[in-house]
Amino acid sequence: MNDVTLTINGKPVSGVTEPRVTLLDFLRDVAGLKGTHAGCEHGVCGACTVLIDGTAVRSCLMLAVQAEGEDIITIEGIGGSGARAGELGVIQDAFCETHGLQCGYCTPGMILAAEALLSVNTDPTEHEVREAISGNICRCTGYVQIVDAILLAAKRLGQRNDAAPSDANLV
Amino acid sequence: MTEQKYKFLSTPRRPVEDRRFVAGRGKFIADFDRPNMLHVAPLASHYAAAAINGIDASAALAMPGVVDVITGAELAAAVQPLMNGLNTPNVRRFPLAVDRVRYAGEWVCAVVAESRALAEDALEKIIVDATPQPFILDAETALLDTSAPVHPEHGSNLLLDRKFVWGPVDDDFDAAAYSLSFSVTWGRNSTVPIETFGVLAEWNGWDQMLDIWASIQMPKYADQIARSLDLPGNAIRVHYDVDVGGSYGVKRGIKHSVLVGYIARKLGCPVRLIEDRLENMRAGDAHGPERKFDITIAFDQDGTVRSMKMRALDNAGAYAGRAPFQLGKPISAIVGPYQINSVAYHALSVTTNKTVQEAVRGFGQAPTNYAIETAMDRVAEYLGMDRLALRQKNLIRKDQFPYLIPSGSYYDSGDYHAVIDKVLTAADYPAMLAERDRLRDAGMMAGIGIAACLEPSGGNSSFEPLLNQSNQTSTWMESCQVNIDALGMVTARIHTTSSGQGHETLVSTILGEVMQIDPELIRITRPNSLESLPGNSPVGSRMAIMLGGAAARAGEKLKAKIMAIAVHRLGVAIDQLRYEGGDVLANDGRRFTWDEMVELAHRQYHNLPDGMDPGLASFDIMQVPTGDALPVDHKVQMYPCYSFEFHLLLVSFDPIIGRPDIHSYVIGHDCGTVINPAIVSGMTYGGIAHGIGAALFEEFAYDTNGQLLTQSFLDYLMPSSHEVPAIQIVKHCTPSPHTVFGQKGSGESGYLGAPAAVSGAINDAVSGLGIHFEKLPIRMSTISDAIAAKTS
Repeated sequence: MNDVTLTINGKPVSGVTEPRVTLLDFLRDVAGLKGTHAGCEHGVCGACTVLIDGTAVRSCLMLAVQAEGEDIITIEGIGGSGARAGELGVIQDAFCETHGLQCGYCTPGMILAAEALLSVNTDPTEHEVREAISGNICRCTGYVQIVDAILLAAKRLGQRNDAAPSDANLV
Repeated sequence: MTEQKYKFLSTPRRPVEDRRFVAGRGKFIADFDRPNMLHVAPLASHYAAAAINGIDASAALAMPGVVDVITGAELAAAVQPLMNGLNTPNVRRFPLAVDRVRYAGEWVCAVVAESRALAEDALEKIIVDATPQPFILDAETALLDTSAPVHPEHGSNLLLDRKFVWGPVDDDFDAAAYSLSFSVTWGRNSTVPIETFGVLAEWNGWDQMLDIWASIQMPKYADQIARSLDLPGNAIRVHYDVDVGGSYGVKRGIKHSVLVGYIARKLGCPVRLIEDRLENMRAGDAHGPERKFDITIAFDQDGTVRSMKMRALDNAGAYAGRAPFQLGKPISAIVGPYQINSVAYHALSVTTNKTVQEAVRGFGQAPTNYAIETAMDRVAEYLGMDRLALRQKNLIRKDQFPYLIPSGSYYDSGDYHAVIDKVLTAADYPAMLAERDRLRDAGMMAGIGIAACLEPSGGNSSFEPLLNQSNQTSTWMESCQVNIDALGMVTARIHTTSSGQGHETLVSTILGEVMQIDPELIRITRPNSLESLPGNSPVGSRMAIMLGGAAARAGEKLKAKIMAIAVHRLGVAIDQLRYEGGDVLANDGRRFTWDEMVELAHRQYHNLPDGMDPGLASFDIMQVPTGDALPVDHKVQMYPCYSFEFHLLLVSFDPIIGRPDIHSYVIGHDCGTVINPAIVSGMTYGGIAHGIGAALFEEFAYDTNGQLLTQSFLDYLMPSSHEVPAIQIVKHCTPSPHTVFGQKGSGESGYLGAPAAVSGAINDAVSGLGIHFEKLPIRMSTISDAIAAKTS
């Protein structure tokens, strides 16, 4: 068993875990954050996407012990939390606006992939959006309304008055 | 305009479910933990067929954390076989293999342990003594007398062998100028949701209650568990407040549920089984149809299609289940949108040593549409006639509705020609043709795909009595309950899980429309199965029609009560009153407000009309419109509503590489009155994406040893955002006369025609080489190999 300490959504989280436990299972079973989903568990579908230092990463392909000390953002770190639970981040709001989802299972991964894109590219083309989510499989939507959502979010983020680079927790 | 008739319906409104999902706050089956919960991992068969001589689990049982190992023999002694749709009692299926395995991946036994990881570790310690046996993978081979039955007790591999003749087939063939025959095959694929199936069961011996949480989309789910476990129906409590991470038909996990239900009861602990991806792909029993069509079609020189003979042979896999019924639904639209006067239909379903089939989006309709549309392309090719003109000539005309097809169903309404005209305009069809020719001149293979088809929706499962005369099903009801509380707020209850269809939005929007209340203020809850009214879950594109219908009718009942209270309160006749935004206004200017009405109904019984019950609650159990009768003369009205879709796309590919690139995709879609535009368009886009997958990529392929080759997402390829193009939806609205608002189904839209359209485009691209691709999926390698063979 190994001690693992990570920063998740801005807060330190420690746990004791077997070396074989994936970051995905650590987030879900040790940290209790159920918004990160298992899809294929072999790195293709992207349902388990989280951000590590701002980069979209598949948490099923990384062991928890490998993530020691890393700064991780999960879907629970996007939008409002605590007393501001229920307040959507700009990307989340755009997904609601265009209905860029159906069953909601791939959605956290999609939103984090979008977050990773828009944090480095504030005015993406449709092709760039499709490229950014091409590692995230959605079986419900055919991607059309997801692409619409991310383009809408980019537009709205571009119109913001503040300089906030991301939707990381509104607290 | 239809759209302007409504305040909330057909207007752009955010689906209410989306908020929790974008926050990662959906509640999926893997998110449910119970104290002291145990975990199950099944052991998969390595053989396509084998006799099980013995199972030695002693080393596994000796491992720390391992609680039990369940075998098929133990299970078969304790539970009833899983239900078959057809009358095939000797095709017995238990959650675990009994005495023999019938496909590679089939569950041989199941380890129960304190964690899933420990259970998986223990699988490696189990020794199965098995003797491999001959196996069959091909459906035609399974039909031969020389082939050993997959189920010897059944006597053959035939699950279904029914011949129907609807109308004067022989006369029509004699009268027709020409006939042609061809075969096409729909490859074995499925919807493969990103969430695998999972179920959690907990037995409480003091209450004698089995609680079930599951990622389920299954009619009569609780009943089936009760029957298999020999428990009273009211000892099964299925919790419907579980979000289902995609299904599109396949999340039927009955074997998983009976297994964990049995273990939970045996051990007195909560027990959870979540498939991993490999289990899902090879043993989730969730493969879709694998169907070969032999078609002969009779037609005249002017393109009139007179008659069709169709033989459809389906490879059901190792057990029966409901799979053979997927040959039944297409009977409801066996002529597609065309005026074909007569049809001979031979439906065959056989067992083989492949994974078990389950319901897949469209329940067999998409393969049949692919066959019919291929027939239209072949007739046009034979006659040298334009494919579009041929279809336009044969389409049912607007003035012919309601239109009775040879197999006994009336199509309710439609204006197919108008939809096609709109699509041709939106796509700039002449420009599309010019672009195809330009691409060809530039050395590319380029083709246009055309498909017209129907989406039967909202039916009463009457393919069951049609194919199984011991089945007397003539209803497939759905229900809704509505309550107005003492503070005047509205809460509605729906009695199913949902897997992305937006049922909370559906019901709140419709109730809002009927009650003239902002849908945002209406709360939707999902009681468990014991607190629920009867329903049949979201299958067959039925919920807009049936759940929406029940919600509207329950709302109307409440409104009627409110009006009765107002009549009594204001002392005027009902024709002097009108309902407006929750208040009741009298012609004399008096207003009986919502708040006053709520106060009376909840607190002032003495002010209510004589004999009226207090409170403000209603419910509705709705029967399927038009679905009242059992089959007569092998014909039956199957579905009340028929949505129409018309696909048009341009594809090109390099003749050496063969990788199709979809340049433009336009679909015309008429599903009557739309409840929520974004939900309908989302389903249509998603259906097309799924159809592109079925046409080009997705297949559960087996090797000659019966091993599934495509058992991960690295092999079973699904369309990504690069493979699904921008899609233009052209909307049209022909209301159904049979539904509350004129709505029809849309849950299978896009998928029903996209495979045919994409196949048509690829075939058009290679038409100059005399190539016909006759099997889906049409992979890159298939295309490039065929071209190379023709041109080298």
